[in-house]
Formats: sequence, C-alpha cells, structure tokens
Amino acid sequence: MKSKNPPGTSRRGFIRGVGITSTAVGAVVLEKTALAEPFAVAKTIGPDAAPITLKVNGKPVNIIVEPRVTLLDAMRNQIGLTGAKRVCDRGTCGACTVMIDGKVNYSCTVLAIDAQGRDIQTIEGLAPAGKLHPVSAAFVSQDGQQCGYCTPGFVMAAKGFLDRNPDPSYEQVEHGLGGNLCRCGTYVGVRKAVLEAAKEMKGSRHA
Amino acid sequence: MENFAYASPATLQEALGLLSTKPGEVQPLAGGTDLISMMKEHLVTPRLIVNIKQIKELGGITSGKYGVRIGSMVTFDDLMENALLRKSLPSLVEAARGVASPQIRNMGTVGGDLCQRPRCWYFRQGYGVLAMDNNKALVPDGENRYHAILNNNGPAFFVSPSSLGPALVALGATVRVVSASGSRDIAADKFFVTPLNESMREVAIQPNELVSEIHVPIGTRNATYEVRHKTALDWPLATASVALKMNGSTVTSARVVLGHVAPTPFEATAADKVLAGKGITEEVATQAAKQALMDATPLSQNAYKVQLARVAIKRALLEAVKG
Repeated sequence: MKSKNPPGTSRRGFIRGVGITSTAVGAVVLEKTALAEPFAVAKTIGPDAAPITLKVNGKPVNIIVEPRVTLLDAMRNQIGLTGAKRVCDRGTCGACTVMIDGKVNYSCTVLAIDAQGRDIQTIEGLAPAGKLHPVSAAFVSQDGQQCGYCTPGFVMAAKGFLDRNPDPSYEQVEHGLGGNLCRCGTYVGVRKAVLEAAKEMKGSRHA
Repeated sequence: MENFAYASPATLQEALGLLSTKPGEVQPLAGGTDLISMMKEHLVTPRLIVNIKQIKELGGITSGKYGVRIGSMVTFDDLMENALLRKSLPSLVEAARGVASPQIRNMGTVGGDLCQRPRCWYFRQGYGVLAMDNNKALVPDGENRYHAILNNNGPAFFVSPSSLGPALVALGATVRVVSASGSRDIAADKFFVTPLNESMREVAIQPNELVSEIHVPIGTRNATYEVRHKTALDWPLATASVALKMNGSTVTSARVVLGHVAPTPFEATAADKVLAGKGITEEVATQAAKQALMDATPLSQNAYKVQLARVAIKRALLEAVKG
C-alpha cells in the first residue's frame, strides 16, 4: 500500500470495502475477488497504522490499526465490542473466544489485519438486542457463571460446539468446551447449561 | 508486541520472495498460535510478518498412489474431519485430536505444528533453546519434570513439541520445504534435529524456507496414544505413535516413535526389533515397550515419564491392531 494515500482511501482498503458492502455473500466471494485482482501482488503494510475493514456480526467495520494489533484489542478498544475478554492474552484461557468463519477461535491470538475478509461473530451478535440466545438463557437458568468474566467466551465456545454437535453427551460437552477456563469453577453449571441449550435448540436452527 | 510490517501474498512465489535468509527477520504466519504468543513475549521480533494462509498451493488434502498429500496450511480440525485420513491414517487423526483445545485445533496448522518452538519454560523465559545461563545448563539441576528422558545428555534437554511429528516419523512421511530457489524433500525423521548450539534450529529448515506440504504413505496399521495430565488444554507427558506393516496378523516391520520424551521424536528401534515377525498380543506389546525405554536416563524430576512412555507404546500397539 502506498503510504501517500490518506487513511481510508487506499486502493486495497477501497476495493475491500466495496467488496464487502456490495455483496451479502461475504468472505468467500470477497477472497476470490481479491485473489483475481492484480493488486494482490505481495505488498507490505505498516508498521504504521493502516486502514482495514472487518466484517463483524454481519456488518463491515472500518478501522485504522497497526499490524501488531490483535483482533481482540481492535474489537475492545476500537470497535466498542467488549464482550470478548482479555485474560491470559496467550491463547489459552478462552475468555476472548469468537467465531471466525463459523469456527471458534482465540481472538487474542489473531491479528486484526489477518481477520480481514472473514466472517467474525461475537457474543454481541448472537441474538437480537433485548433477546437472549438459547445458550445465554441456559447459562442463566443453570447458573453457569459466578463472577461472569469468562462467560462470553464460554457462551461462544458452547455455540460453536453445539453448531457441530447438536445432540451431545455430557462427556462430549466436557471435551468440546475444553478450550475455556473458569477460575470460579462453575464447570458443572456450564455443562448443564450446554445440555439444556442443546435440548432447547433441537428442531429449530438458531442463527 | 514490537511493531512489524505485514504482507499477505496470494501466491507461493510472492511469499518466498519476501522471506529472508537472516534468522528471525521475517516470520511466516500460519495459525499464529505459537508465533503471536512468542512475539508478545519478545522472544521473536520480526521486521516483517508474511501471512501464508491465503496461498492456495499450501492447502488441501489429496490422495495419490503413494499415499496422501497434506498441504501445510491444513488445520488440525481439517485433519480430524477428513474421511480419507480417518480411514487410512488414524494415528495422524488421533495426534491432531490430542492438540490443546477446539480453538487451537481450528487455528493451528500442520506446518505450524512442525515448526513451532519448544515449550521448555527456560526457553520461554528467554534462556535460549539450550536453557543456558552464564555457561551453565539450567535444566539438569532445575525444574525438569517435563523435560527429556532420552537423548538428554546435553546440550539440549527440551522435548520436541510437535504433536504430529511422532506419527509422521512412524509413518515414514516426507516433508517438502520450498524457498525462492526451489524445493527439497526431507524425510520426517531427518526433519527434526537436536540443536548443538544456540544458532541451530530444532528443525532442518532454513529461515528463507517454508514447509509447503507433507506426503504420507498409507497401507500400515497405525495408531497414536497420548498420556496427559488433563483431558484438554494440556501438553502430552508422553505419546507413542506406531505404524505396522502386517502380513495377516503377523508384523512384518514396525516403527514405534515416542513424542515428548526427547529433543526430537524418538525412534524406539529396540521396540521395532521385538515386534518384527510377531503378532501383537498384550505380552508382546509390553515387551516392546520395556525394550523401547531401556536406554532412558531420566533427570531429577521426570523418572515418572518412563512408565508413561511404556504405557503409551503398549496402548498404541493394541489400538493399531484393534478391529
């Protein structure tokens, strides 16, 4: 990217932005377009801050970040999405869990710039405003939290797990949520919540 | 994290053009599960990060006459979900399943698994891969419960962190590495090396090279068994991968490889000899496991790993011939 371009009007940023806003199909189509374009010649970005576009909860978001900024920090500090939490910041505790292209990821260990063109889903986008997703509701009814700091990560991990295992056993839940830690020790409530959510969601496909 | 420039090339050629022969200057970025954490700890401070996940040539799992080709950007999750691998290479699938957590399995790649740095806590605290302080090795008299029990007479005491390595060595896989000047194939057992000084890496790859794909022969009965403290989010204490060529129920040749017990995947050739010409029974498996650990030289805190490694071998062998 040429540094003389003012932020937000670089060729790459512009084309990516158009790619996102002009199609609802999203990540796959966008990447294919990007690869076919001549601008895909290896260019280096940074180390100064550069404009990027992320697709978060279905909407394009334009921000300006240094390449070293993680997706988690970009969401929390610049996009205003503070549901995902920064705890270990080393891809171990799971408090920062979000879904990327439908799969659970540790957002503390993904560079924001690397998440361009991908479909990012956070706890904030799980249910319409004012409503609880069945997973969140089950965490409430089964008392699946204490201090609550790990909860958004757990809910996203549970959502990602149930998407692939709609009718799990207790043991599968145990293993499937193995990437998230709760230092209050609410694991029993969390597992019950996931099983309740599975029952609740059965038959109807929740987004 | 120190700042860096970033590139995300679409083709292998462009990516290779950006790499540098100077160690640590340019780092390829795959799943990032090791690299990003190491950058946060200032253990690596690259000038340029080259994201290689957009490169199509580095993806995909395909089968051919020789066996299976696996692109280096294939994730652990992709390995676990692949029907072909589940049928022919269960040892690889099981090794992938053992990796940390669903999040790490969605992010981490085959190439990253092979090239990740050791988890030795002295290394992670900045004492280098040989864990030296003022010319003194820290491991022998230090906290060594997770360190090597084989090939540990120095200067390296760490254990190879690769989850797939032992399975790939047992299966006789080949690792293809590429640079701007061409490609070369390295047998999996030659890919992992024990560094003799701080300027050596634990893998036989140059700073300007990338792992592009691996080739894995099929046609063996194979299995992996992993012993861990916790059921998830934990590193193995010992693993065993076995690959058996069989004639009916008789083993014609065997390869038993241990993980997390030595600075490289450890080839237990003593076990291979026990198994050749025999059928796998609990007695034979136990005998092979015993022979495999004959040369173990545990450190002050890790003698417990000897028995865990024996158990891993026995269970992997019995699993390989099951069903």
